[in-house]
Amino acid sequence: MTTTGNDSTMTRREALLHLLRVTGASASVAGLGFWLSERSFRPEPALALELKHSHTVAPDPKLPEMAIIQGDDPAQLTRKAVEGLGGIRRFVSRGDIVVIKPNIGWDRTPEQAANTNPQVVVETVRLCLDAGAKRVIVTDVSCNEPRRCFQRSGIADAAQRAGGEVILPDPSRFKEVDLHGDVLHAWPVFDAFLNADKIINIPIAKHHGLTGTTLGMKNWYGILGGQRNQLHQRIHESLVDLADFMRPSLTILDCYRILIRNGPTGGNLEDVLLKKTLVAGTDPVALDAYVAKAYWNLDVSALPYLRLAAKRGLGTYDFEKVRTVTTELS
Amino acid sequence: MTAVTDPPIRRDGRSQRKCDAFFALTDSLHISTRRVSVRFPKVTTLRSFLQLVFFLLFLFLLLRTEFRGTFAAAAGDLRLRYPVSFFFQLDPLIALSNALATRALYRGLLWTLVILIPTFLLGRFFCGWICPLGSLNHFFGSLNSEEKRGKQLIESNRYKRWQTTKYYLLIIGACAALFGAGIAGWLDPFSLLVRSLSLSILPATSYGLRAFLGVLAHSPFAWLQIAGNLLHYVLGSLFLSLKQPYFREGVWLGLIFIAVLSVNLRITRFWCRALCPLGALLGMASRWSLIGLVRNKEHCNDCNQCLLRCQGGDDPVGGRGWRQPECHLCMNCVDQCPEHALTFKFFPRQPPASANLQRRKVLTAVATGAACIPLFRSTPGFAAERNERLLRPPGALAEDEFLARCIHCGECMKVCPNNALHPSWTEAGLEGLWTPVMVPRIGYCEPSCVLCSQVCPTGAIWEINASQKGWTVDISRSAKPVRLGTAFYDRGRCLPWAMATDCIVCEEWCPTSPKAVFLTPASVLDAAGNVKQVKQPNIDPSRCVGCGACEYACPVQDRPAVYITSVGESRSPTNQILLSRKKA
Repeated sequence: MTTTGNDSTMTRREALLHLLRVTGASASVAGLGFWLSERSFRPEPALALELKHSHTVAPDPKLPEMAIIQGDDPAQLTRKAVEGLGGIRRFVSRGDIVVIKPNIGWDRTPEQAANTNPQVVVETVRLCLDAGAKRVIVTDVSCNEPRRCFQRSGIADAAQRAGGEVILPDPSRFKEVDLHGDVLHAWPVFDAFLNADKIINIPIAKHHGLTGTTLGMKNWYGILGGQRNQLHQRIHESLVDLADFMRPSLTILDCYRILIRNGPTGGNLEDVLLKKTLVAGTDPVALDAYVAKAYWNLDVSALPYLRLAAKRGLGTYDFEKVRTVTTELS
Repeated sequence: MTAVTDPPIRRDGRSQRKCDAFFALTDSLHISTRRVSVRFPKVTTLRSFLQLVFFLLFLFLLLRTEFRGTFAAAAGDLRLRYPVSFFFQLDPLIALSNALATRALYRGLLWTLVILIPTFLLGRFFCGWICPLGSLNHFFGSLNSEEKRGKQLIESNRYKRWQTTKYYLLIIGACAALFGAGIAGWLDPFSLLVRSLSLSILPATSYGLRAFLGVLAHSPFAWLQIAGNLLHYVLGSLFLSLKQPYFREGVWLGLIFIAVLSVNLRITRFWCRALCPLGALLGMASRWSLIGLVRNKEHCNDCNQCLLRCQGGDDPVGGRGWRQPECHLCMNCVDQCPEHALTFKFFPRQPPASANLQRRKVLTAVATGAACIPLFRSTPGFAAERNERLLRPPGALAEDEFLARCIHCGECMKVCPNNALHPSWTEAGLEGLWTPVMVPRIGYCEPSCVLCSQVCPTGAIWEINASQKGWTVDISRSAKPVRLGTAFYDRGRCLPWAMATDCIVCEEWCPTSPKAVFLTPASVLDAAGNVKQVKQPNIDPSRCVGCGACEYACPVQDRPAVYITSVGESRSPTNQILLSRKKA
């Protein structure tokens, strides 16, 4: 029996090669299949990052913990307030990356007092740069459309001209971080807040429908992404969890214009009172307690978060016992 | 005589000029270096160059149809930096539709004369030289395909009877506009292009780019991350918005657009030849054109090469009449003719063929256009039973005036900084298909923003400024705010009402002052029977402007506990609740 000349079947060589190809293909598919089937696990969300660290500066018993300054020029008030607390060099060292967190939450103009006074922010940027900061970043996670908020608040323009870096809250720049709170655990945090050496909180004092007033610690809502509209369900616990996570180097509570009605958005100039005051300090709890009492006549019983914050070791709500310097510039 | 000044002869135009719209420029540069005596670029090269310029200009304006924020400017009324809807103002079809529907011309539409008057003199140069959709079709039509080779290509570029369809579509659109439906915009080339690109192609591109940047950002190599950051910065300043935009119906709009482009692979410029009502209008306007194609019968040897790259399907060939209304003046035939038998001349003696319309079909088209409105409005949606979610942008006119003007172009949806405006599907009836509706769950109306009213080319959204809107700018001075609707609570889903839980995010976000959301303290029982103090939100309809911020901010994520319906919208005298509304 010979196969030569029979063109209805392959030669032996062709057949062997063909078999080899089929075997190779089967083996690779089988190998790939077994490898893939071993990799199958139920998808789990990625673990939240551990990035909690404090930005506070060492307490100095010779220096005041709170400065209350009144006067006409917001920039001068800022300088005097920081001076009263021992000068900017107490808070910012040469080469630091400083992140400044004003309230740029709403699409409002400075006169409407829904956002921090731009002059206060700008003067703080200048002070930090004078102290030798490497970068001074100004940012916030706005509620309204961020580009409008940053522009119409007047903060972006002014801060940038003073040499600050203004960063919009780009949705792709949020990182899932474990806040280690009582009610807040893994949350997306804007990454500009995560790599700072020093953090300066510059909130504005406003009326708020749920708690009566929104002050310094509430400003930390603006570091979060995600579904932060859930936070109001446990607002006092959330506030303390956030304040515990952030722990700023310095807080400057803007009371130059305060919003006494229809907060925190306002919009009507009739809702704004001119107080021409800045309250700055190292104890965020004392600052909130003082301003709540001074302008809204609310004490710790009306604002349970102050008591919770004190219990957590974030400060004292007994502001009268805090070393305070009060100045009136005429 | 030597032939040094002759254009190079190409026996097979297809193989040498795969995409002549874009490669002719480099081609001619190459020629001019080889043959010193060719000094000026050929007219087809100039045309390709201008097509590219106008397309890029169009794309630039489209990409700038967005508030990108400029830190250089402080507080104030925010406007766009460029006249982004200028292309619409050049569009004679938009002007015709607007004029027929309103017996007037909205601001800027007079610019259309810049195109229309030269068309009377020259013909459809707009289609061949300027129109960005035409240029896209030109580009895709010049790609090689199996269906269009040699003889097939010549056959497919001959004039066809179905090319008259566009005239009938134009007549339907014009008649419908006369009776108050701006449906010509469905097929207007700028409308189609802006709608498809803004609501589907660009968002899809942005999605793809973001995914790619995400891969780079999470790569294990530092240099890839750095490259990714750099690319992100460049793309962010040129193209990407701060947030990824999404649009309802986006996928369908994208598929229609892809279909329009794909047909070019079978029939060059099928859209322009058969469907484009603007092309039809310009074709009609070119009836008395001073310029015409003249064929030298002694030189013409009927080789049909003029058909190889013909865009309009207008029969420049021998033995048939040249069809002026179909010609895009692309000049390819002149360029292609190996015998130099074709030239465009002023005041030619050879009369061109007409648009080839049939009286019976014209009358049918008139009747169809006239029947549109009664047919559309035989359903209850328009007057008898309004869709409660027909939320129109601020400045929008009353629904009948709105539908007469709106050309469904999507400019307002593109520009909305909160991605709040979406093309309608059923909310506004068939007549209002792809007109803008606000979807507050996706985005609310930003209190001081009036960009949609600034970009609307036809005045369907009449131009207003922030203080006329009257929500947060100059509220003590403005008489009455613009209202889009009214908010309502679903107390069965609202946390303080139904679940004994604190919330009031809606009140926090409410932009009016005094706030339209007011809180009432209440003692409620929780599941364990404990008394809890909560604040329950309520709406004061006399203050609510219907911006949708409450609905947007409500933490009940899927179906919010507070929602806007159109009742109370200031544009409608009838869609109201209250006998009288307080100021602000």
